[in-house]
Amino acid sequence: MIETKKLCFSYGNTPVLKDVSFTAGEGTLISVLGPNGVGKTTFFRCLLGFLKPSSGSVLINGKQVNLYSKRELAHEIAYIPQSYNPVFNHTVLDCVLMGLTSSLSTFEQPGPEHEKKALHCLQMLGIEKLAHRGSMKISGGERQLMLIARALVQDAKVLIMDEPTSSLDYGNSFMVMKCISDLKDRGYTIIFSSHNPEHGLRWADRVLAFKDGCIIADGPAQNALSGNVLKELYAIDVCVNNVSTRDGEYTVCIPLGGTNAQNV
Amino acid sequence: MKYRLKLAILCTACLFIFIASFFIGRYGIDFLTVLKILADRFVRLVSFGKFGLKQTWTSAQQSIVVNIRLPRIAAAALVGAALATAGACYQGMFRNPMVSPDILGASTGAGFGAALAILLGLSYSGITTMSFVFGMTAVLLAWFVSKSSRIQTTIAMVLAGVMVSSLFSAGTSFVKLVADTQSQLPAITYWLMGSLSSIKTSDLGFAAIPILIGLVPLFLLRWRINLLTVSEAEARSMGIETGRLRLVVIICATLMTSASVSISGMIGWVGLAIPHFCRLIFGQDYRRLIPCSALMGAAFLMLVDNISRTITTAEIPLGILTAFIGAPVFLYLIITGGSARND
Repeated sequence: MIETKKLCFSYGNTPVLKDVSFTAGEGTLISVLGPNGVGKTTFFRCLLGFLKPSSGSVLINGKQVNLYSKRELAHEIAYIPQSYNPVFNHTVLDCVLMGLTSSLSTFEQPGPEHEKKALHCLQMLGIEKLAHRGSMKISGGERQLMLIARALVQDAKVLIMDEPTSSLDYGNSFMVMKCISDLKDRGYTIIFSSHNPEHGLRWADRVLAFKDGCIIADGPAQNALSGNVLKELYAIDVCVNNVSTRDGEYTVCIPLGGTNAQNV
Repeated sequence: MKYRLKLAILCTACLFIFIASFFIGRYGIDFLTVLKILADRFVRLVSFGKFGLKQTWTSAQQSIVVNIRLPRIAAAALVGAALATAGACYQGMFRNPMVSPDILGASTGAGFGAALAILLGLSYSGITTMSFVFGMTAVLLAWFVSKSSRIQTTIAMVLAGVMVSSLFSAGTSFVKLVADTQSQLPAITYWLMGSLSSIKTSDLGFAAIPILIGLVPLFLLRWRINLLTVSEAEARSMGIETGRLRLVVIICATLMTSASVSISGMIGWVGLAIPHFCRLIFGQDYRRLIPCSALMGAAFLMLVDNISRTITTAEIPLGILTAFIGAPVFLYLIITGGSARND
């Protein structure tokens, strides 16, 4: 379980987060939405303990983040970066093994049982065939799954993902979101940011909408993401509508134009 | 275990070159005699001089094998291993496949420090210390310049290294200008070209200690060096503070480079080319890369040194030969975008 209580953070005299409070239990998938520069990344960095809050607190399982040692914290919460541009062509398995850092002592090296564990994590995501491929030679979507496998091998139950689909094509975005949703069903708490409100509507249990460092809407996507909220976030009119498909009813968003557009 | 087989082949090749090197030289000594002399030395070393083989060889032969060839071959192995390992570490640490001790200015910095120490008439320990201090200064300078630069860090670091190198080589030129033309200048000049021909057993012992002090921690920490190739934030979220690891790696790699430079002079390109050959053959994992770079570097420099003392009547400085191999590798890296790739 992860929660923040009246979390505030400022860079110098510029406040970035103002009184952010939220709680996420086990097995929840939360989508963080908001325009660029509203403090989503800062929020994530506070959750991960990279930044020290100006006031308020971040708690994981009831214990303040800054009271954990780095090793302990790595067993609680993992970070999956936006994209990974490897400089060296490590194999996928080598990359996943790096996630074991916190379980190994300083001079220890991963052994066969660790490799087995890493392969198991790759298997969970359906990419065990890529284990011995170079991380430079796989697609962006596969690389994103590799980073998720690296977080899984870390044994953390809370996963923080910074725009996991931002550099992926349409099909790969879907595949990665599907995987994330499956992980939620296995009991992981996942908090991801996205620029696509439909990701929140389609997959998330809950949406946190950020504007100017405050949460302006929090709740199940269907309730939280009204046309008004989206208008407030992105300053454009958005039509939010239900569409029936082969697989049931889904909510879609259609951007209509700027606030000053005449023919809305 | 494909890796084990490749490693075994590399070890065998290394050992073979080591032994074969004893037979190469102007003064011909037959196979059996060399083996006997070496066995005799070994037995005496193990038994603290109590036992030995019956001497069936001349003292001139013994002197050539033990006092001339042995330190030279061992120095080639040691320097090759040190430069290649340092290069592999620098590449990982700076997340940049195009750096090496020479590109970063570590070698030139160390060279300047050593030239200055010769000018000041310092002892061997003074030369090593000075070359370490200036080697370290050069690396840190290149690092900070590239960090504060606004151009892409890979290119910035190469350019910063070129700048730092030329600064220190200008310094070395100045030292040569003011050095005593009778004794100091020839010593500095000869040594700058990169040569192992004047190695004595005592010099060898002196360089072996700092090289091993640098090599052992890098060998033990080798898996963790992988973590330096990912971003700071990722490493941190995996539970490791990379700052301390980075510092240990930079100190060890620079210590090894400086110690090598202080006995062998400037031998370029080994630190760039060898790690890349290893990456192609053994993959990118530092668990394998560190031991393989050390072995391949040792084998490579022993081989090049053999060529340098046999190919012509006058000895060719090592730095010239290594450049013939290193420069094409660097060009290849520029063309392929900085990374020797494998699947």
